Amino acid sequence: MKTAEEIKAAILAAVPEAAIEVVANPSVSGQHSLRLDPSHAFAVAKFLRDDAELSLDFLSNATGVDWLDKEVSEKVKVPRTVTKTVDGVETTVEELVEETRKRTIPGCLEAVYHLYSVAKGHGPVVIRMRTGNRTDRVQLPSLTPVWRSAEFQEREIFDLFGIVFTGHPDLRRLLMWDEFKDHPMRRDYVEPDDFEYEPTAHDEVLVRAQAHRARLAAQEGSGA
Amino acid sequence: MDDGLKIELGKQGVFVTTLSELYNWGRRNSIWPMQFGLACCAIEMIATTMARYDLARFGAEVFRPSPRQADLMIISGTVTKKMAPQVVRLYNQMAEPRYVIAMGACAISGGPFKQGYNVLKGIDRYIPVDVHIPGCPPRPEALLHAFITLQKRIDAQHLTGEGRPRHLDAAAQGEFPVPVQGEHDLEPTSNPGVWPVPITIRS
Repeated sequence: MKTAEEIKAAILAAVPEAAIEVVANPSVSGQHSLRLDPSHAFAVAKFLRDDAELSLDFLSNATGVDWLDKEVSEKVKVPRTVTKTVDGVETTVEELVEETRKRTIPGCLEAVYHLYSVAKGHGPVVIRMRTGNRTDRVQLPSLTPVWRSAEFQEREIFDLFGIVFTGHPDLRRLLMWDEFKDHPMRRDYVEPDDFEYEPTAHDEVLVRAQAHRARLAAQEGSGA
Repeated sequence: MDDGLKIELGKQGVFVTTLSELYNWGRRNSIWPMQFGLACCAIEMIATTMARYDLARFGAEVFRPSPRQADLMIISGTVTKKMAPQVVRLYNQMAEPRYVIAMGACAISGGPFKQGYNVLKGIDRYIPVDVHIPGCPPRPEALLHAFITLQKRIDAQHLTGEGRPRHLDAAAQGEFPVPVQGEHDLEPTSNPGVWPVPITIRS
C-alpha cells in the first residue's frame, strides 16, 4: 500500500486545492494519518473511495477526540538593552535575555476515520478532520454519503462529542435520550451527582461521596 | 390447624386445608415471568429455562411476551438511564399480583458500570424488588434459588392483615411514577416511597 506521503501526493494530484497535513505516529505501529481540511474533505473522501489504486471501499471505524485548550510555556530569547557596570564605567549593552512566554493553543474537536480496502486487501488509512473550536464552530462535513457505515458512528460522535455533521441524512442522538443536553465524552463533562448511597466507597468515589454529603449538609444548614 | 393432625387426617383419606394455603399454593406454582431481557444476565435466564436447569419444574415455564399476562419481572441485566422509564412503565402495565427479581450486580446496584453517567444504580430506586440476586452474572442455580425464595415468600403471605399481598390491599400503591429523562439525568433520581436513601454508617 502507498505510504501516507504518497497518498497525500495522490490526493493533491486529484484535488489540488485541498490542504492536507500528514500527522506522524512515532510509535512502532507507525500508523500515520492524514488531516484534511473540512471544506475539501468530502471531495477527498470520494477520491479515496473511487481511486482505482487505493479503492478504500470500507469504513471500519469513526470516532471522536476532544482537544481542550492547552496552555504551553516556551522559552524565547529576546534582545534587550541592559545597563552594566564594566570596570567602573556604566555602559548599555544589547543582550539576549531568556524569557518564558505562555500562550494558549485553542481547543477543538476531531473526527477520526479508519479506512480499509476490501477489494485490494490493504489498510488502514486514517483520516482526521478538526472543527474550528469546541463551542460554536463544530460543523464538519458528513462522510455518510461516501461510506454508508459512517451513519451510526457519526450519530454516536454527534451524541457523545457534539460534532455536527452537515449533510448527514439523520443526525439524532444515538445512545443518550433526545432531551439530554450534554456531550458525555467531552473532557469537561460534569457527571450527574448521584453519590447519595455508596456503601463501599473508596478512592475517587469516596471523595465524590464526601463532597455530596458536605453539600447536602450545607443545604440543610441554609434551609434551617 | 395442627400439622400432625393434618397428616393423621390425610392418612385416613381426609384432606384438610385452609383457603389461604390453597390460594397461595396456586399462586406460587404458576408464576409466569415476562419475556424480557436487558443484558448478558438474560442469557443466563434463558439457560435457566432450558432443558438443563428447567425452570418449568417450578411452574414458570410460560414466558409471556406481554406485561398484561405476566406475574414476574426478571430484571436481567444493566438498566441504563435511557431504558429505566420503559422498565418502570412495563412494571406499571403488569397486573397484580406482580413480583420483581433483580438479577445480577447491575440490576441491584449498577454493578461494574455503577460510576458511569448512563447507568441506573439499581432498579430498586424506582420499583419494589422482592428478591435481589448478586453475581456477574448469577449462575442459573442462583436464579432458581431466587425463584424458590420468591415462592416461599408467596407461601408465607397472609391474605388479610398486615403484610398481605398488594392486590388485596386497597390502600396499596398501584402505579409507580415513571422517571422523566431530563437534560442531565433522570428526574427524580429515585422514588423515595420505594427507596428511602439508606443511611451509611461507615464514611
